[in-house]
Amino acid sequence: MTRLMVALSALVLALFCLSLLVGPARIAPADSLLGLLRGGLDPVAMVMREIRLPRAILAVLVGGSLGLAGAAMQGYLRNPLAEPGLIGVSASAALGAVIAIQSGLAAAFVLGLPLMALAGALVGVMLVLVLAGPRGGALTLILAGIAISAMAGAITQLVLNLSKNPFAVNEIVFWMMGSLADRSLTHVWLALPFTLLGWLVLARLGRGLDALTLGEDAAATLGVHLGRLRLLLVLGTACVVGASTAVAGTIGFVGLVVPHLLRPLVGAQPSRLLPASALGGAAMVLAADIAVRLVVPERDLKLGVLTALVGAPLFLHLIYKTRKEQP
Amino acid sequence: MAPRTARFTLGSVRLSRVISAVAALVLASAPALAGAPQRVVSVNLCTDQLALMLAAPGQVISVTKLAAVARVSTMAAQAADIPANSGLAEEIYMMQPDLVVAGRFTDRATLDMLRRLGVPVEVFSPAYALQDVPQRVSQMGQALGRVAQAEALVQRFEADLAALSTPGPRPRAALYYANGYTSGDSSLAGQILRAGGFDNIAQELGAIGALPLEVLAMANPDVVVTGQPYPGASRAEAIMQHPVVAQLKRQHASGTMTDRDWVCGTPYVLRAIADMRALRAQLEAQR
Amino acid sequence: MSVLELQNLSVSLRGRQIFRDVALSVQKGEMVGLIGPNGAGKTTLMRAALGLVAHGGHSSLAGMTPMARARAVAWMPQSREIAWPVSIEALVRLGRMPHHGARLSAEDHAAVARALDHMGLGDMRSRTVTRLSGGEQARALIARALAQETDLLMADEPIAGLDPAHQIATMQMFQRLATDGRAVLVSLHDLGLAARHCARLVVLGQGGIQADGPPAKVLTPDLLARVFGITAYHAQTPQGHIFQPLEVL
Repeated sequence: MTRLMVALSALVLALFCLSLLVGPARIAPADSLLGLLRGGLDPVAMVMREIRLPRAILAVLVGGSLGLAGAAMQGYLRNPLAEPGLIGVSASAALGAVIAIQSGLAAAFVLGLPLMALAGALVGVMLVLVLAGPRGGALTLILAGIAISAMAGAITQLVLNLSKNPFAVNEIVFWMMGSLADRSLTHVWLALPFTLLGWLVLARLGRGLDALTLGEDAAATLGVHLGRLRLLLVLGTACVVGASTAVAGTIGFVGLVVPHLLRPLVGAQPSRLLPASALGGAAMVLAADIAVRLVVPERDLKLGVLTALVGAPLFLHLIYKTRKEQP
Repeated sequence: MAPRTARFTLGSVRLSRVISAVAALVLASAPALAGAPQRVVSVNLCTDQLALMLAAPGQVISVTKLAAVARVSTMAAQAADIPANSGLAEEIYMMQPDLVVAGRFTDRATLDMLRRLGVPVEVFSPAYALQDVPQRVSQMGQALGRVAQAEALVQRFEADLAALSTPGPRPRAALYYANGYTSGDSSLAGQILRAGGFDNIAQELGAIGALPLEVLAMANPDVVVTGQPYPGASRAEAIMQHPVVAQLKRQHASGTMTDRDWVCGTPYVLRAIADMRALRAQLEAQR
Repeated sequence: MSVLELQNLSVSLRGRQIFRDVALSVQKGEMVGLIGPNGAGKTTLMRAALGLVAHGGHSSLAGMTPMARARAVAWMPQSREIAWPVSIEALVRLGRMPHHGARLSAEDHAAVARALDHMGLGDMRSRTVTRLSGGEQARALIARALAQETDLLMADEPIAGLDPAHQIATMQMFQRLATDGRAVLVSLHDLGLAARHCARLVVLGQGGIQADGPPAKVLTPDLLARVFGITAYHAQTPQGHIFQPLEVL
């Protein structure tokens, strides 16, 4: 393990612990850790085990997923502007999840929600890859992404508008901005298998993505099976983004910003960026989720608002830099 | 003017008489006074119910779609045969109303448009307290030209409310809505809870609006009162199935807000209070 | 020993026949120049030989599994694509991908060092590729292909855009590879350099191979007029072939 990986792991661990200690219920740090270990039905144990622990675990799962998927997507498309959210994967996963909830599938069948979110993500990635083409330049990629995002967002809103449930319309906010507030271990168990499967798939793409640095032809003649690489990328991304979106809604910019920030630190090698970006994503979402609880604790500030507040200026910076580098 | 002397009595068995009292009032009443509006359109669920309670037959020509939904409306049976509107100015204007009754939060653009077209509009504020109920009833009576009927209804309501006494200990309760919201004493729901003989934890925590689940768990209330789930599931309501809420409900007693009695400031809030008192009695019995 | 064998190779793209019935055989120790006018299908021929384009006929490379092919041939596409600002060394190491498992072996490191030295990049190994000049990038990419250490190296216009010194050095380096017993198939537009450095020239044009042989036999006035539409000055001197295109016909 390199120094960077050790540092990132330590950061994630520290933020994970901090996340367990921060919350609207003011519990002393020692008590809260005791409650976590003790279990039982007293309020402190309930808060620690059923609210804060799942929240911290989900922050790691969701953040790691977004960071990893972002790095893999950028590596495959050889484009630093790619990101699951930006290219519409999150929006289509949200659509799948909303359809699952509204159709009653989520209630009828435990895996209905994550499976539908996964299917949505899968369709979203496929459409973007088809629309943009494998060599999709920045422009076609982003246009395709905007089109898919807008369409999936609009259909999501349509479904929620037509819902008989008076609260459904409020949920547009959730599916656009995401949140980890008041999740339970049920959500963890729902997301965990798909997330781990997706991580496993994406983490193995490193070599192929490295070879793609030289373009598709060169990569193919280095022994990379491009068709399989692409299929695994799509499936892996759908798994992690689908699972994340199903439990946390759409959280933007993590998959864009984290790989961008860490790329110089790993010598820009896609294979080294994958694990670093997963850890970085986990750290960013943990930090953002701690921040939403500290900044305005009494207002249920959405996680996605914070990541976008940090992410958008960085995105602008990236565009500005790209513009300057062009002749 | 009231045809019967049935009082709003409390306790689940005799509650049916509340309904029959109001129903009798509606059905057996004389035609509206001359000069009173004859074609009334209501565009708000709460004004729908107040209007239907007080109006002469045929006086209300349209109510909202929700008025006929038994889940949220106490006057669903009466509203069933009345044409529904969806609250759009064009549609309402074509009904040629001589009065539109609306809520404070009805779309302003719609009401302004109707006023410009020369349709009188009467706006009702939501009830934030039990004391608001007779005031709203009277306002509706005035607007419809049914002052006597309103007077009778108010008298019965006030008498029944006054008859409430809340002896014994006051268990701590939490109101917990979709999206993790709660409300304190300065809301109709909070007042119903208080009149039902509970102390509201929102008051002791100083919580306004959102009540984080952690805080709810730490407050450890004796009772959690949640809303009824609506058809067509939503993420917002999923919070009410969170293991922590489920655990709190298992450990202690739990109650349900029947929306039709809790949402609008009509005399039926007495029925919600009765439900809460029954819940408290059940809690007492368990101890 | 043959490292590339093409028989009846045909390619049609979007309904248009690019070439048909191409037969070509490249042996170890050969340095073959592939020449032809724009649009003759030089790139397509090489990609079809590698199995990267749908084609008819037979190619000894196209039938291999991706991994076996990667150990048999190194391919340098014309577009000098380098997507990320990696170091020269990291770029060159990519050439070892078909050979190593999870980690680079000592032999892999040695091969990378050899390739870097070959291209005179040893001292620059930690510099970022994307900040180099076009010529330096081209050399880094050649080093990557060298590190693959395959019997056959196929390069699509590797010297386009290089300064004369680097063009000559690159061609000489390819010649040395051939002398050392490997084979090189290189497409190029500079007929002068082709004539000087390639022992064998293959001319592609008008839907097939028009000539195949040593430069003196291939670059006849008739062929130059027919395939390229030019006249040229061609002389055998003590310094080797001198070939200079003169005019458009």
